[in-house]
Amino acid sequence: MLILENVTKTFNRGTVNEKVALDSLNLTINDGEFVTVIGGNGSGKSTTLNAIAGVFPIDSGRIILDGEDITSLSEHKRAKYLGRVFQDPMTGTAGNMNIEENLALADRRGKKRKLLWAIRQKDREKYKEKLKELGLGLEDRTEAKVGLLSGGQRQALTLIMASLQKPKLILLDEHTAALDPKTAQIVLTISNKIIRENNLTALMVTHNMRDAIDYGDRLLMFHEGKIILDISGEEKKKLTVEALLKAFERVSGTEFTSDRDLLN
Amino acid sequence: MNIVSLIKSLPGACSQGLIWGLLGIGVYITFRVLDYSDMTVDGSMATGAAVAVMAMLGGMNPYLALLLALIAGMATGLITGFLHTVLGIPAILSGILTQIGLYSINMRILGKSNQAISVDKYDLIVSLRYIPSAIIVSLLFCIVIIAILYWFFGTEVGHSIRATGNNPNMARAQGINTNLNKVMGLTISNGLVALSGALYAQYQGSADVNMGRGAIVIGLAAIIMSEVIFGRIFHNFALKLFAVVLGSILYFMIISLVLQLGLSTTDLKLFSAIVVATFLAFPYLKKIISEKRVRRTN
Ligand SMILES: Nc1ncnc2c1ncn2[C@@H]1O[C@H](COP(=O)(O)OP(=O)(O)OP(=O)(O)O)[C@@H](O)[C@H]1O
Ligand SMILES: [Mg+2]
Repeated sequence: MLILENVTKTFNRGTVNEKVALDSLNLTINDGEFVTVIGGNGSGKSTTLNAIAGVFPIDSGRIILDGEDITSLSEHKRAKYLGRVFQDPMTGTAGNMNIEENLALADRRGKKRKLLWAIRQKDREKYKEKLKELGLGLEDRTEAKVGLLSGGQRQALTLIMASLQKPKLILLDEHTAALDPKTAQIVLTISNKIIRENNLTALMVTHNMRDAIDYGDRLLMFHEGKIILDISGEEKKKLTVEALLKAFERVSGTEFTSDRDLLN
Repeated sequence: MNIVSLIKSLPGACSQGLIWGLLGIGVYITFRVLDYSDMTVDGSMATGAAVAVMAMLGGMNPYLALLLALIAGMATGLITGFLHTVLGIPAILSGILTQIGLYSINMRILGKSNQAISVDKYDLIVSLRYIPSAIIVSLLFCIVIIAILYWFFGTEVGHSIRATGNNPNMARAQGINTNLNKVMGLTISNGLVALSGALYAQYQGSADVNMGRGAIVIGLAAIIMSEVIFGRIFHNFALKLFAVVLGSILYFMIISLVLQLGLSTTDLKLFSAIVVATFLAFPYLKKIISEKRVRRTN
């Protein structure tokens, strides 16, 4: 279970660029819950995920994961509990290293790295199995440099890397936004499969309202550093894009503005 | 140009290139694996030389003296790593600060700017007096070091250093302490640089406080030449490191050639700087030119 307690984050405090990105945010996510997140540009979605991942320290509040207070844990220490997939396909993998080297790195997440040969034969088989499940043919290219893969292939690989050591929480930040629509759907399907089959707790940001409605058990909408809509259960299943836009206008008092969201 | 004297100078260039090849490998670890431009090198090379020579003058076994030099070099890398990761000083500046500080330390170690060690009185491992044996011994050093590094960078720890250099964000997301790994890489690199300095001091029969000046440029020249010549054929990590050694040998052969052509030894630094600048600029200029061509055809 993840608990965010009054999490506040202000960027560039005390300057003309001061920006309250998270404003006393409170959120509880139960185990096995798949939460989708939407919201306008700059509403604090990425900041929330980055705060959980420990990319920067928060100003106040607490972050508790499975009863452990991780608020002041460094980014690499928290990584033990978290799987992460980023918007930019370049971010999640090491482009100069090959596919199995990347998988081996992820396979040691949260473990002590030793002076042992990094890729062992029995791991190779395991990695090939996992790659095969993607259906992208990557299992035959395990020694190819990841830098040679397409954006979609890299995201699919990052998804496996994020789930190889079962995380307590998987964070997906617009991880299909840089892909063409067809590839985006493939990667989204893979994400859903991995999350459900491994019974992962997930927080997935998307700019596509349709996807936010179709996937997951619960939907959050961010606005100005706060969560203004929190819909789950039957109510979420019946949700439509129109209803979502209306609800946004009602709660926020403004019209929903995000170029990308309107385009979808 | 005197062809005979050029040919006569080649074995010497070869042994020099092999010894400096160790430095090239050290620089490769920071420059290519860690993606860190480490300026410590110019100082740590002389530190290695100074420590080894003083230890041997004090009666230490030459192999133990090399080991001591290696450890001293590792300590210099540790300092640069500390300045960068703990104190937040930018990468290049951290190296420059260590390098400048090391000048004073090296002077303290040596006691004066130059200390000679005679091959007649001491049992040196390599000496320019016996070039064939120097070639064999330094080649063995290169092979052993490459073998150890090939193993090390294939381990879990080695992989985490590679990931840190390649993509620090990814590395942290996979639970890798990127700061610690940078420090480890710098430590190993400068250990090798100091080892190279220690061997070179034995080879030339003296340690000089200025002997590391411009060493980083020679290391880079070796790396870049190796990549231009062998980049397409060598993909294995061990072969890439070996190519750096070959690049280093080639560098010293070219230096012999330009010396024969009439350049003076003091011109060499300018020559090396121009060579490195040209090769570093090459990929960038190639890209700009091909982009222009694309624009014109559109
Ligand atoms: N590192 C940073 N430094 C300064 N300001 C930042 C930083 N990161 C985010 N911000 C600001 O904080 C606010 C929230 O940004 P955040 O990235 O969380 O938005 P988002 O909801 O993910 O938006 P988008 O849909 O554009 O990705 C924005 O105003 C942004 O400019
Ligand atoms: Mg964002």
